[in-house]
Amino acid sequence: MMDEKVIAVINKYNGDKGQLISILQDIQAEYYYLPKEALVQASEAMDIPLSHVYSLVTFFKAFSLEPRGKHLVSVCLGTACHVRGVARVLDKIERSLDIGRGETTKDHKFTLETVNCMGCCAVGPAVKIDGEYFGQMSTDKVDPLLAKFE
Amino acid sequence: MITLSIDGRELKAEKGQTILQVASENGIDIPTLCYHEALEPYGACRLCVVEIFKGGRSRVVASCLYPVEEGLEVKTSSPRVLDNRKMILELLLARCCKNKVIQELAAQMGIEQPSFKPEYLEDNDCILCGLCVRACEQVVGVSAISLVNRGITKEVAPPFFEAATACIGCGSCYYVCPTGAIKMEDKGDTRIIHNWKVEFKLKKCKVCGNYWAPEKQLDYIRDKLHLPEEFFDVCPDCK
Repeated sequence: MMDEKVIAVINKYNGDKGQLISILQDIQAEYYYLPKEALVQASEAMDIPLSHVYSLVTFFKAFSLEPRGKHLVSVCLGTACHVRGVARVLDKIERSLDIGRGETTKDHKFTLETVNCMGCCAVGPAVKIDGEYFGQMSTDKVDPLLAKFE
Repeated sequence: MITLSIDGRELKAEKGQTILQVASENGIDIPTLCYHEALEPYGACRLCVVEIFKGGRSRVVASCLYPVEEGLEVKTSSPRVLDNRKMILELLLARCCKNKVIQELAAQMGIEQPSFKPEYLEDNDCILCGLCVRACEQVVGVSAISLVNRGITKEVAPPFFEAATACIGCGSCYYVCPTGAIKMEDKGDTRIIHNWKVEFKLKKCKVCGNYWAPEKQLDYIRDKLHLPEEFFDVCPDCK
């Protein structure tokens, strides 16, 4: 099966082998994770051994081989966020989404992950959703924030 | 030409050679597990550490990767080197506490028993030196296996931990592995490499009737070198 999305991404980079990471990132942006078929296809189309591709995607934490939700919620557990009570915020998010860390909601809308520092300690407790930062989080801000990403 | 000294001996070397290469050419023994002359040096096992002296300072470096320099002074078994090497072996022994090769190397360094508590010992055979992965890529040219995951979960595996579809059954990984971590056996007309979950039919020699090499490997070589169809019908012994 030839997937046109994968071919389109590879063509965008003219099949440049040196751009493999960018290509995989773009494929992941399409599917929210890296499906096995897409990796096999990219490996064949770009003439890169599948073992190299697999080695690379298992090395970087940013790549996921498991299906992920449409929105990625990253909760900062860094020192500054920790002392400002991010644990309660994380707890509230877990209850609202009914998932634990590293898990994805059944409707594939949200994936929840924790990170160790996002470099925005001044606005902690910090939560990042799809690359957008939300500072000074509190438990009562959680549900309205998640509602924005339905 | 570069002049350097290793263990007090004045030696000549070509530019671009590594300390390990120059040492072994001159019969100076430096232990190593991850070096193979047919492959690019990789610096994974760290056993080949030596102490180098220049500009009044000394450093411990991996000799398999360090290119020789004019006037470099190298010591392959100074107290500092032996300390380092001993620690590396302690760690390897903790990972592979039942592996014969590692046990013997450790014994040579005077380590009879692992120094770590029993609960920290692992019964692993693979030291993650990457020789199999590199041989498969650089010599065989198929890259059927690779290093997967990272940190404490790193291991050598075929893609997706499934049967290695690219593997041609040549067994280079098995032959090059320094610790015997790869399990391969030829049973009748079949070769099995257990680690990569693959089986190959072996080719029968038309003269002696022995099964002598995997058909897939012979097809691969024939394609690569444009050899005639019947080239491998007879085994090398009968030719």
